[in-house]
This record gives sequence, structure tokens and C-alpha cells, in this order.
Amino acid sequence: MPYPSDPAEASSPLGRARLVPPRADWQEVAAIFAGGALGTAARAALAEAFPHSATAWPWPTFGVNIAAAFLLGYFVTRLQERLPLSSYRRPLLGTGLCGGLSTFSTMQVEILKMLSAHAWGLAAGYIAASIVAGYAAIHLATALVRRVRVRR
Amino acid sequence: MSILIWVAVALIGGAGSIARFLVDGAISATVGRDFPFGTMVVNISGAAILGLLTGVALGHDEALLAGTAAVGSYTTFSTWMLETQRLAEERQYRTAVLNVVVSLVLGVAAAAVGRLIGAQL
Repeated sequence: MPYPSDPAEASSPLGRARLVPPRADWQEVAAIFAGGALGTAARAALAEAFPHSATAWPWPTFGVNIAAAFLLGYFVTRLQERLPLSSYRRPLLGTGLCGGLSTFSTMQVEILKMLSAHAWGLAAGYIAASIVAGYAAIHLATALVRRVRVRR
Repeated sequence: MSILIWVAVALIGGAGSIARFLVDGAISATVGRDFPFGTMVVNISGAAILGLLTGVALGHDEALLAGTAAVGSYTTFSTWMLETQRLAEERQYRTAVLNVVVSLVLGVAAAAVGRLIGAQL
């Protein structure tokens, strides 16, 4: 498997941050499908359960995005730095589950609608809160995994 | 709402995630991995498509399947944040900030252009 045993890949920060090895196989694709189906169903269910107007805080999107960021930080750091190599865990949990649970496009359209409604403060607050909380979630989850010493 | 809609949401979400994986992989293989162009292309193109769907003003079920399920699963917030944090961790602060700002500016712009086009259809 070309990842992460490939030193060129492992030496680049984005190589390490990547969710999946560059070469796809069927087990990997099936794992992404299963994780993506579950993550998407959870996100859609929350969006349906908590509808909101264009000028209200988009809690469903905000909630799934921050939760998915925390989970992704946890899974990726643990899988790369703590657990033995696995060919399906990362595509299932990272690319599939967290990728399907979180969404960028819905967030952008929500911001666009806030701007169209001249809710400038809400738009600015939503952008700032998403970036700060999303970044902090990754940072926190990563630190949490690294606090546990590697067992040999 | 019928159970069939939810089965479709899950299946479409799985397919959207595979589409993201393939597009990200193709872009990263072409332009390299020094900057997370793969995720950026996925997210900007997804924002444009969702903007277009918003402009078209679909019915409830259509919007759930095409918007929330298909485009929502295709784009990703979590990977965008992970790649930003890993860049900052490597002290590539300028690149990390650029990744956030360019994605946001182009994302909202793409959604706006998509919505304009959708409204004309």
C-alpha cells in the first residue's frame, strides 16, 4: 500500500492529513459508501428535524460540522499515529462517515441567504464560529489522542 | 415521509462521498499535495451546484435528495478543517489562512453565481 509507508507522502503535512491512500480498491470504495450513507442520513435527519429560517442560527449544519470535525481529528490521528495499518477504517470513518456527516455547500448557501437578507452580523458570526469551533475541534481531538502514550 | 426517501438519502449520500473521494484523488494526483486543492475544488464546485439547486426552487423531497443528500455529502467541512489544522501544525500559517479565506470567498461567490443561473432556468 502506497500510504503511509511512502516517505515522500508521509513527509508532507497534507500527505499525512489526507484521508485515503491515493489508489482505490473495491473494499475501500465500499467502506466510503457505507460510512457516507450513515453520515448523510444522520445529517439529513437533523436538518429535517430542526428546520430554521434563513435568518436564524443554522444549528443542524453547525452541529454536524463541528461534531464531524472532532470525530475526524480523533479518527485520523488515532489511525495514523496509534493503531496498526488498516485498509478500511479510514475510508469508512474518515472519508465516509465524517465526510458525509459534514457539509461545506450547505454552509455556503446558508451564508449566502444571510447576506441576501442583510443579516451581516449573523453571517459574520456564523462564519467565525464555524471556523474557530471547527479548527478547535480538530486541535482538541488530535491533542486528546496524542496524550495517550504509544504502547509497544 | 416514506421510508423509501430515507433509503434514497442514504444511498445517494454514499454515492456523493465516493464522488468526493474520486474528484479529490484526481485533483491531488494532478496538481500535487502541497496545497489541498482537491478538497477546495470539491467544495467550490459543490457550493455552485447547491446554489443552482436553490435558485431552481425544488420541492421538498427533491431538495432533500439532490441538495442535502447528494451535494451535501459530496462537499466536506471536516476535511477542510483537518487540512487547515495540519498545515498550521507544520507552521505553514500563510497557506492555512489562505485555505480558509479562499474557500470561503469562492464558496459564497460560487453559490451566488449558481443561484443566479438556477433562477434563470
